[in-house]
Amino acid sequence: MSAVTAEPSTAATEVAVAIDLVRRAAIVSPAFLLVGVLGWGLEGLLSSALALVLVAVNFRLGAAIITRAAQISPNALYGAVLGGYVARLALMTAVVLVVKALGVLATVPFAITLLVTHLGLLAWESRHVAMTLAAPGLKPTNQTPQEKRST
Amino acid sequence: MLNVLAQTAAGEMLEGLKAIGAGLGYGLAAIGPGVGIGTVVGNAISSMARQPESAGMVRTTMFLGIAFTEALALIGFVVFILLMP
Repeated sequence: MSAVTAEPSTAATEVAVAIDLVRRAAIVSPAFLLVGVLGWGLEGLLSSALALVLVAVNFRLGAAIITRAAQISPNALYGAVLGGYVARLALMTAVVLVVKALGVLATVPFAITLLVTHLGLLAWESRHVAMTLAAPGLKPTNQTPQEKRST
Repeated sequence: MLNVLAQTAAGEMLEGLKAIGAGLGYGLAAIGPGVGIGTVVGNAISSMARQPESAGMVRTTMFLGIAFTEALALIGFVVFILLMP
């Protein structure tokens, strides 16, 4: 019996998704920073920025963990994803508690930015993720089959 | 014990209870997504074992599923931050 490996036949697509999510976070960040600074001043700005950074790092770290573990084995993937979930939550909690202890955390803009960007970016990304991400050769184009053959 | 509680200022006790509640709430809120992520990954691995050629697509879907499930834990985290004295 041969061992089942989670080794992908294509490049690490989750990393591409995570990079895309971070790019979209950069696009929407001015709006959240503006709301933060207008509503809560400098603390609001810092809190919104912290939430955006945490969301981006969370996505990138999650994707990196999956990519790394998938190259080892399915068991490693299972363990790494669940362990990574706990580790990322712990890291996020530690960072926020430290910032809160410093007295520069405005909780309301932080909470709004964290939840809205996380869910909003995922919903936005879901509209653009297609099955063709794993098989780019199958991506539909506007070209007719004749045009495709000639190119 | 009761004497100690009686001597403690009401405000202090309230703060302590708030902190305990926040911690308990965060911990309980993290259980559900943990179970959900386990289900997502388990089924993804099962799919990859059945169809290794679709591993890339399954992993993409799995990543998004994990991220969506994690949002529940983030709600618990936000409540924890808001309740923490």
